Amino acid sequence: MSRMTMIEAIRDAMDVMMGKNDDVVVFGEDVGYFGGVFRCTHGLQEKYGKNRCFDAPINESGIVGAAIGMAAYGLRPCVEVQFADYVYPAYDQIVSEAARLRYRSAGDFTAPITIRMPTGGGIFGGQTHSQSPEAVFTQVSGLKVVVPSNPADAKGLLISAIEDDDPVIYLEPKRLYNGPFDGHHDQPVTPWSKHELGEVPDGYYNVPLGKAKVTREGADVTIIAYGTMVYVAEAAVKETGIDAEIIDLRCLLPLDEETIIASVKKTGRCVVVHEATLTSGFGGELLSRVQETCFYHLEAPIQRVTGWDTPYPHAQEWAYFPGPERVSRALEQVMEA
Amino acid sequence: MSEKKRLHLHVPEPEFRPGDKPDFSNVTIPKAGSVRRPDVDVSPEEIRDLAYSIIRVLNRDGDAVGPWADLLSDDELIRGLRHMMTLRAFDARMMMAQRQGKTSFYMQHLGEEAVSTAFQCALEKGDMNFPTYRQAGLLLAQDYPMVKMMNQIYSNEEDPLKGRQLPIMYSEKEYGFFSISGNLGTQYIQAVGWAMASAIKNDTKIAAGWIGDGSTAESDFHAALVFASTYKAPVILNVVNNQWAISTFQGIAKGGSGTFAARGHGFGIPALRVDGNDYLAVYAVAKWAAERARLNLGPTMIEYVTYRAGGHSTSDDPAAYRPKEESDAWPLGDPIERLKLHLISKGIWSEERQLQTEAEIKDTVLAAQKEAESHGTLHSGGSPSTRDMFEDVYKEMPPHLRRQRQEAGI
Repeated sequence: MSRMTMIEAIRDAMDVMMGKNDDVVVFGEDVGYFGGVFRCTHGLQEKYGKNRCFDAPINESGIVGAAIGMAAYGLRPCVEVQFADYVYPAYDQIVSEAARLRYRSAGDFTAPITIRMPTGGGIFGGQTHSQSPEAVFTQVSGLKVVVPSNPADAKGLLISAIEDDDPVIYLEPKRLYNGPFDGHHDQPVTPWSKHELGEVPDGYYNVPLGKAKVTREGADVTIIAYGTMVYVAEAAVKETGIDAEIIDLRCLLPLDEETIIASVKKTGRCVVVHEATLTSGFGGELLSRVQETCFYHLEAPIQRVTGWDTPYPHAQEWAYFPGPERVSRALEQVMEA
Repeated sequence: MSEKKRLHLHVPEPEFRPGDKPDFSNVTIPKAGSVRRPDVDVSPEEIRDLAYSIIRVLNRDGDAVGPWADLLSDDELIRGLRHMMTLRAFDARMMMAQRQGKTSFYMQHLGEEAVSTAFQCALEKGDMNFPTYRQAGLLLAQDYPMVKMMNQIYSNEEDPLKGRQLPIMYSEKEYGFFSISGNLGTQYIQAVGWAMASAIKNDTKIAAGWIGDGSTAESDFHAALVFASTYKAPVILNVVNNQWAISTFQGIAKGGSGTFAARGHGFGIPALRVDGNDYLAVYAVAKWAAERARLNLGPTMIEYVTYRAGGHSTSDDPAAYRPKEESDAWPLGDPIERLKLHLISKGIWSEERQLQTEAEIKDTVLAAQKEAESHGTLHSGGSPSTRDMFEDVYKEMPPHLRRQRQEAGI
């Protein structure tokens, strides 16, 4: 066990996999010599050489397209898009190519690639450094979508993603890079070094894709969350005193429906929270699944707490970010119903 | 006070529209044999002029002339002619099969047969093409079983792609033929990535990317050139300029610059421009570019100047946007006729053998078609299993797909 930040855990996952498998290559903008704008690839080029970890031109479609070609050759590229907000130029390559390559070639060619990208707000990132675009990936058949919430999961899930033979979108909540964040922006943040989840196993291990984790057991209401919102949910539970069960999805696609269904059938109530915008967000899918599978167990309408249907603003950061107060209000409403 | 001159938008137009008499006499076609053949390690700056010329080997009399000639043996030339004839015959049968309702869609290569068939002969086993939908010659030049291609076109029970893909979107890893996508330009940068992988692994294999004149306007064309140039990837970047992107003439994708080949120079990529209807010239430039790639000298861009003699696809009628006579007026002629003339002038071929070979190939194609149709066509006979619809979305079927398959009752 070692104490690590999420950044160090992510770097360690790539280090472990590059050491284990010569076919793993890492590249992206500023990823090589400099080690990444968030330091996630720091030291990897020095350790594994420029053939294995290198800087890329500023062209997201090029980065992902080249990775698909490399995967078709037999490599296992783990590439970085500097911010999830900048993934859109690569959307054609991700949706039309990576996601469908196995299907359209009947397994003749595959794209075992991992696309890492920092996601989420709460950092005064404004419109293009704060978005949570997971729903534009979860609606694509053939992709897997992962959002870790702590260093130990981040490492284990990234190792699974790199080893997985399907293309994986790996969204890293940058607000959690250095420590957990519960939405109380006016209070000092605890670094991972002082948090129990900053304990990360050394060497190789994995956290399977498609398995959620119940981070708090409870009897009254189920909160479905992922990424930063896991800590916001915990804060809301503490502040309301409501005995909620919190599910950290970890993997949005494939979705661990069993864990969700078991929990909602037990509690009879459900609140879904995410930073992304409301309309057609991933929460809509969660609501549908819960409604379809738990209808007779539901004692209240399912609630959603999400970002507003606006672009992510700068100055209005905390009016936009769905903090503990909004989650608390939803919990209280769902308990009253 | 003078009034300011009003702006107006420039929208390029092709020279000739339906009803016009096409006349290409103002198009400069360099004489066969007149373009020099540089060493493969030449610096891009030294051959800028080649991006504005046209490398040609076969002259009007059918003789192979100049520094790019004399690379192929008699047997190889005859094989080349057979490949082109096979592709044309295959196209003709499949066009007819589409008209008969045996498949939903087809795209032919009429007039472009030399490009893919000659190019493939410059590659080695293990190299990888990233083709568009108009390079089936890459497969036929390797004597790939026509029945398999037809099974795919018919989406029948033997379709290697299990009925999931639109006709002609073949995939054949073993033959160095990457899975074709409907999304234009995407494979161009993937070819560069594949070539980078080969270099990363210190392999000896090279890749070839393919794109049409119209699709060079796609962003991935730019991405491919940047990556190929930056990493000196062992890749050949082919642009097949057949003058037409469905109904839009090549000027719409041109952005005012001279040639498509010339774009390589903005990226420091040496570029050649070649007569795409000259089998010998296509083979010679492909060989040159492949050698450069294999010597780790980096990418080469090749523009094949040709003409799309047929409709864009079975869903297209070119008479709606260009003169019917335009393909006959096209100054580079027909690739099959030109190679045939060369073989005859060499004394290794005759009109009689041509007719005989045509009949033989027709029989072979018909026999393949009969066999393929015994496995079904799109709307009748054997079909791919409906269960296959849910397979291969992922390596292993996740629970939600298993559930949907159950719901579908299969």
